Amino acid sequence: MAEDHNDLFKKSQEFLQMLSKQKDFIHDLLRENERLRYQVASLQTSSGDQTQLAMELEHLRRRLEQTEREKKELREAYQRVEDENKDFAQRYVEIEDQNNNLANLYVASYQLHSTLDFQEVVHIVMEIIINLIGAEVFSVMLLDEKTNELGVIAHEGYDDGITFPAIRIAEGVIGEVSKTGEPYYINQASEDYRVDFLHPIACIPLKIKENVIGVINIHKLLVQKDAFTAVDYELFSLLAAHAATAIFSSKLYSQSERKLTTIQGFLDLLTTPASKG
Amino acid sequence: MDGLRFLVVEDSPTMRQLISFSLKRFKGCRIVEAVDGVDALKKLQTEEVDMVLTDINMPVMDGLKLVSLVRQNVKTKDLPIVIITTEGAQEDRDRGLALGANAYISKPIQSSHLLKVIGEILEKNG
Repeated sequence: MAEDHNDLFKKSQEFLQMLSKQKDFIHDLLRENERLRYQVASLQTSSGDQTQLAMELEHLRRRLEQTEREKKELREAYQRVEDENKDFAQRYVEIEDQNNNLANLYVASYQLHSTLDFQEVVHIVMEIIINLIGAEVFSVMLLDEKTNELGVIAHEGYDDGITFPAIRIAEGVIGEVSKTGEPYYINQASEDYRVDFLHPIACIPLKIKENVIGVINIHKLLVQKDAFTAVDYELFSLLAAHAATAIFSSKLYSQSERKLTTIQGFLDLLTTPASKG
Repeated sequence: MDGLRFLVVEDSPTMRQLISFSLKRFKGCRIVEAVDGVDALKKLQTEEVDMVLTDINMPVMDGLKLVSLVRQNVKTKDLPIVIITTEGAQEDRDRGLALGANAYISKPIQSSHLLKVIGEILEKNG
């Protein structure tokens, strides 16, 4: 009887242990269930975030594309402004040059017509050649209508003792210029060029309409000047016409002044009462 | 740079007119002209100027002598001087600058270059 009782107790103990283990197992299952449910919920949330993230990414991608387009447009606009700026700078330099050229031409023209004194006019022509063109060795020749030869009336920079030959029309470079009325230039003389009166580096006719009344010969430029510039050709054109008229008018004026003085002398003689006795 | 007073020393009327023409780009500037060094010294005694622009080759007194005398005078020793000349050799340039000129410009002049040089001197001198 006691033995049966012990056996029953033992079995009940075992049963209780088994129940206890089952209880633990159920608890474990519940915890695992809880964890899995949490993970499912997390995954569901994560999936929502990813969708939103994808949308944001898409939005950002569009923004980036738009920014890239704007950047490209801005770069193009900047390039256009840059080009315009360069163009304006270039035009400013050109206008400055033109302004400088016009100032030179204006001053030269103004000075040439500022006097009717022949010597002064010749002096002004020389000043223009020295200061505005930058010539170091040059001469001014006028045509003698009686002999039909060109003779030097003013010169600068030649060696002492030089004798200037009279030049016949159509004779050599200078004579040819006086015949055709077309200027002659060598833009840049060779390094071994030596002043040779018959071979100037520039010969500019002094013309009144189509009549050549003289020439300007340039034989050497100032040391700081390598070659003729654009404004020099403008000045040559101006000198060709304006220096010619200024020289011609002043010559005529001097002649008429002389004649007037002579006539006045005669008139004085005629009108002065003869002294008595 | 408004209202500047320049003394232009040149025996050539053409160059005087051309330089004055260029200087008129300075708003309200006043230009005093002298035909040689002696004339310039007389003008400096009676006129207040901010800068002297002088040629070298002139009758009576040349530009180098003028520069030297201007630098020796207590009243004018700091006056900016620009030499404008046909003498373009390096030794001429060196001599002009050694005597005390602030700048040396060879003829033929470019108006824009002249104005730039003047601007730089004025800026340097405050």
